Amino acid sequence: MALEIDGKSYETDEEGYLANLSDWTPDLCNAMAHADGTDLSDNHWEVINFLREYYEEYQIAPAVRVLTKAIGKKLGKDKGNSKYLYELFPYGPAKQACKYAGLPKPTGCV
Amino acid sequence: MIKKFLYLNRKAPYGTVYALESLEVVLIGAAFDQDVSLAFIDDGVYQLTKAQNTDDIGMKNFSPTYRALGDYDVNKIFVDGGSLEERGLTVDDLLPLTYEDEDDDWAEKPSIRVVDSGELAALIDEQDVIFSF
Repeated sequence: MALEIDGKSYETDEEGYLANLSDWTPDLCNAMAHADGTDLSDNHWEVINFLREYYEEYQIAPAVRVLTKAIGKKLGKDKGNSKYLYELFPYGPAKQACKYAGLPKPTGCV
Repeated sequence: MIKKFLYLNRKAPYGTVYALESLEVVLIGAAFDQDVSLAFIDDGVYQLTKAQNTDDIGMKNFSPTYRALGDYDVNKIFVDGGSLEERGLTVDDLLPLTYEDEDDDWAEKPSIRVVDSGELAALIDEQDVIFSF
């Protein structure tokens, strides 16, 4: 599959995750969100940036349980819960946010 | 019912897919809240060595992922002391894996324990399920 943005084509897997992590840009991230009907707020970006940093450090996209705990530790208890994260990313915080962040699908996410 | 799972890792990290597959199964299995232990024996101890560099073999260096195990509540990591010694390694050559102890005000504690063959035998003996990679 491929994602067409601004006349450029980006290779993705069958679920829309970028094939090459290095293709990712903030513009591409916004475009992927728009395609799903989402406008990214600062709160979305906090989670997306967190995921990119986590991947950079550990070379994996965290499972949702791990993400929730880690967000709570870093951004505060009011954000480290599944209600808050599901409101931001209704298709599943780990799945949807990882897609926008240009990461592979989280390990353990089927 | 919580069962005791042990993942036995005996092979070098690259050259075969066993090490990476084992790590992925551990991470997936961690979602099921079981009592998980990992053991590293023979060339498996190389999986945990520091400063791995895979640039020249064209494979992804997945060793940073072992440091995420603590986040997944996988914090019982046993390394066979005899296997380290045979390879001229000590625990200082291994990644400093840690976890935060929920019952002790989230104090950071080491996850790795070096054990002898007797302790390993006892560990294997007390498991319900063993995966060998």
